[in-house]
Amino acid sequence: MNLASSLYFTGAEVGLSIVGLVLLLVSAWGGPRSARLVTILAVSALVGATLFSGHLFDLAVRETAGRAFGDLYRADTFGSFAKILIYLATIAVLMVTPRFFDQRGAYRPEYPVLMLFNAVGMGMMVSATDLMTLYIGLEMSSLASYVLASFLRNDTRSAEAGLKYFVLGALASGIILYGVSLVYGFTGSTNYEGIRAAFAIEFSTGALFGVVFVLAGLAFKVSAVPFHMWTPDVYEGAPTPVTAFFATAPKVAAMAMLVRMAMEPFAGEVDAWRQIVIFAALASIVVGALGAIGQQNLKRLLAYSSINNVGFILIGLAAATPAGVAGVMTYLAIYVAMTVGSFTALLMLRDPMGQNLETFDDIAGLSTNRPALAWCLLALMFSLAGIPPLFGFWGKFVVFQAAVQADLVALAAIGIAASVIGAFYYIKFVKVMFFDDATREVETESPIGHWIVLGLSVAIISPLGYFLTIPLGEWSAAAAASFAAAM
Amino acid sequence: MEFPILSLMLAVPLVAAIACLFLGAHSARMVALFATLFDLALGVLLWLNFDIGGAQWQFVERAEIFAGFSYALGIDGIALMLIMLSVFLMPICILASWDAITKRVGEYMAAFLLMEVLMIGVFAAQDMFLFYIFFEAGLIPMYLIIGVWGGDNRIYASYKFFLYTLLGSVLMLIAMMWMVNEAGTTDIPTLLNYDFSPQAQTWLWLAFFASFAVKMPMWPVHTWLPDAHVQAPTAGSVILAGVLLKLGGYGFIRFSLPMFPEASAQFAWLVFALSMVAVIYTSLVALVQHDMKKLIAYSSVAHMAIVTAGLFAFNVQGIEGAMMVMLGHGLVSGALFLCVGVIYDRLHTREIDRYGGLSINMPKYALFFLLFTMASIGLPGTSNFVGEFLALAGLYKVSTLVTLVCTTGIILGAAYMLYLYRRVAFGEQRNADAARMPDLNAREWLMLAPIAAATLWMGVYPESFLAPMRQDIAALEVRMARAAPEGDSQLRVGEPMERNANFVAAAHDAEGAH
Repeated sequence: MNLASSLYFTGAEVGLSIVGLVLLLVSAWGGPRSARLVTILAVSALVGATLFSGHLFDLAVRETAGRAFGDLYRADTFGSFAKILIYLATIAVLMVTPRFFDQRGAYRPEYPVLMLFNAVGMGMMVSATDLMTLYIGLEMSSLASYVLASFLRNDTRSAEAGLKYFVLGALASGIILYGVSLVYGFTGSTNYEGIRAAFAIEFSTGALFGVVFVLAGLAFKVSAVPFHMWTPDVYEGAPTPVTAFFATAPKVAAMAMLVRMAMEPFAGEVDAWRQIVIFAALASIVVGALGAIGQQNLKRLLAYSSINNVGFILIGLAAATPAGVAGVMTYLAIYVAMTVGSFTALLMLRDPMGQNLETFDDIAGLSTNRPALAWCLLALMFSLAGIPPLFGFWGKFVVFQAAVQADLVALAAIGIAASVIGAFYYIKFVKVMFFDDATREVETESPIGHWIVLGLSVAIISPLGYFLTIPLGEWSAAAAASFAAAM
Repeated sequence: MEFPILSLMLAVPLVAAIACLFLGAHSARMVALFATLFDLALGVLLWLNFDIGGAQWQFVERAEIFAGFSYALGIDGIALMLIMLSVFLMPICILASWDAITKRVGEYMAAFLLMEVLMIGVFAAQDMFLFYIFFEAGLIPMYLIIGVWGGDNRIYASYKFFLYTLLGSVLMLIAMMWMVNEAGTTDIPTLLNYDFSPQAQTWLWLAFFASFAVKMPMWPVHTWLPDAHVQAPTAGSVILAGVLLKLGGYGFIRFSLPMFPEASAQFAWLVFALSMVAVIYTSLVALVQHDMKKLIAYSSVAHMAIVTAGLFAFNVQGIEGAMMVMLGHGLVSGALFLCVGVIYDRLHTREIDRYGGLSINMPKYALFFLLFTMASIGLPGTSNFVGEFLALAGLYKVSTLVTLVCTTGIILGAAYMLYLYRRVAFGEQRNADAARMPDLNAREWLMLAPIAAATLWMGVYPESFLAPMRQDIAALEVRMARAAPEGDSQLRVGEPMERNANFVAAAHDAEGAH
């Protein structure tokens, strides 16, 4: 285990950190003028990191997972899969961001730099196999996120969102740290394999407390009920591109971290954490669905929608089988496509003056003003609701199938019945766009970059997506195989 | 490799639907009409090439292009007949919307063509999850059809339709996953012969029942239907009544009965009870309606109750009868909605009282309306008579009481249909505007005449329709035989008497001596 191989396996993070630091200098010297250049360089760095993660994924499939820095960090298929999703989501968000801030004259080169550091942190989160690395990655990503949430510093809503996120996020980090210290105290190790070995010998009540605290803190990060309160406020207040980012990349990272946590150090104690996950899953589905019903603000609505989706993802985790983990990964991939698409469509909704629109009243009769955009949103909403033949159905399908195979039939039945509640507000979206009459003028042109991101997302979630089921299934299964030793 | 005719039947309307989204009003109408007519031609070809008495599953196609399920198509006689019904009604629906729909024509035609793809897909799917995808996907175009082009209260109706049917269906998905996990295959023909344990069957049957009972619809989960029918545009009602309601019955035949025979027998009482209530209750409700569409919608619920009762008779007559009622009802109720649509287009009201004496100024219309009214009642010589007679005959073997009640429903059916016809077509011309309405035009002739011909064909020579299904229904009966319930008639073979009944001992001798 020499330094060279360690650096090789952490190549994506190392590369992104260096690019981030260089771009930080560029932005310091170049000022706001360099914003576009920095954005383009950041995107290319992320593309490079994506390709490198793909290479590591391939390597881990053919040979074995690479361990770096004395097993503080592992470059396995699971981590690489999650990282590819994270980087792609970040790229998509960076592509649709500048126009939003340009309209307010607030775009600055720090934005892509913060995104890069965030990506580094998220990469560490999903690859960490030691509680210390995990915590560092988590904080790195979170701190960048707090700043991003309040990036519109003259806007009180944005500042409030950042502060709220920071205070509550710090609390969650504290809870995680407390859990980590308990786990360390009862096992004498911060390494995942060490923890699992120690738990196999004895799993005391104190250690159980540690596990519960860690899971509670992570539930905050994925915004699972009952730790979801911050989500609607932060999503509504943060600038829309930042919201799009929060709903995708950090969510994938936190979810992947949670899955790794549950399936590696805590893999022997499935019975201990399964009931927590089941409760969080069902509560998230129901609260996410009910909370969304009365919302008028579309960003708030999508915040509840993301809580709702987290519930479905947790059903896959509750199965605690390779199929369940594979289902989670498949769901995450589809979820990223759906969410990126929805927020891009939201960013394309502007009035003729260039003001962004974000309430139900604003999109009334959209199908007559912007038919193409309305049809894309229709597909996205039915996909989020999980109605076949749209691809969102497939995500639900794989997690529920995993639950049924793990003999959690009652969980699957209750979960899927509750999904009907969620369908109500998704079809309300469609109703407002298609059945109501137009009440206001909207901007009729959108830049090509937005159309590319939206078009790709919609192509993935359209019935064409079913042609992806075989490769997606193989990749997810390969990712889930990372935990084969633990299960 | 055979020519993939089923895939072609799916592809033609799909391509046309996408094209319609980008076309102007007139060209969208033409494209939709040609695509549906082409599909009808393909359907006829399918029927002509269907080998009666041949393999159970014909025109089989299979491609492993998805993970977890396969793209597997194939039909038996039952599916063939239902596909024929769908492709037959589709061009008529397009014609019915020709002038009535003026806004967003391209999107409207696209929704209908998509509907056709999904309906053919449901009947042709040989993979359980493929079936589910087609089955569930129908919600999207129908939601749009009701919501965008429907009547005044369309939003409530579209929500109710969507959420009601979605809630019914999702549990079926979990049941399917359990079955696939247990049996290790998603292939419907294989699953048809897989024996699930009776305890599991109970739960699986209930999950499927939740879905099909809503689709059917059975009392008391029928309430979405009157709303959806009334608010949908004419062609939407035709598709709802003509084909979508058949999905429930098809589901019972394809899944519930052959896959869970024990559970079906166990729950037959439930189905009978709900059917009996439905027949009487909805017929009485239909009797007091003032809205024509609502009346026909309630009559649909009553007819579907005879279908469910016939299906759970567990014998050939019952199931053949149920199938014939489904086909006949598909034609007749579709035609009745078209008849309502014809006068709605002229006067823009569905109130029965606003019409009257139409046989004076619209004699041709009145004639068609009369034919379909009689067919709905089940007059001999029309399609519904064959189905209802067979279904009730099959039912009589199992339960006298259920037959008695269901037959009463048919009498009530005669009452509400004749009452409707009297108020609309006979009597005085009370309303001047209704009296000025012109008779059928060429387009309306083209819509109604083919259905009239088919109704009579099915009534006079039902063998054409029964023959392709006979073998499949016989196979179904064999499959269910082990669970078939005893009849309640308690037939006893009596001792023959020694002499004729009119034998009188004394007179006999006297006569002989004469």
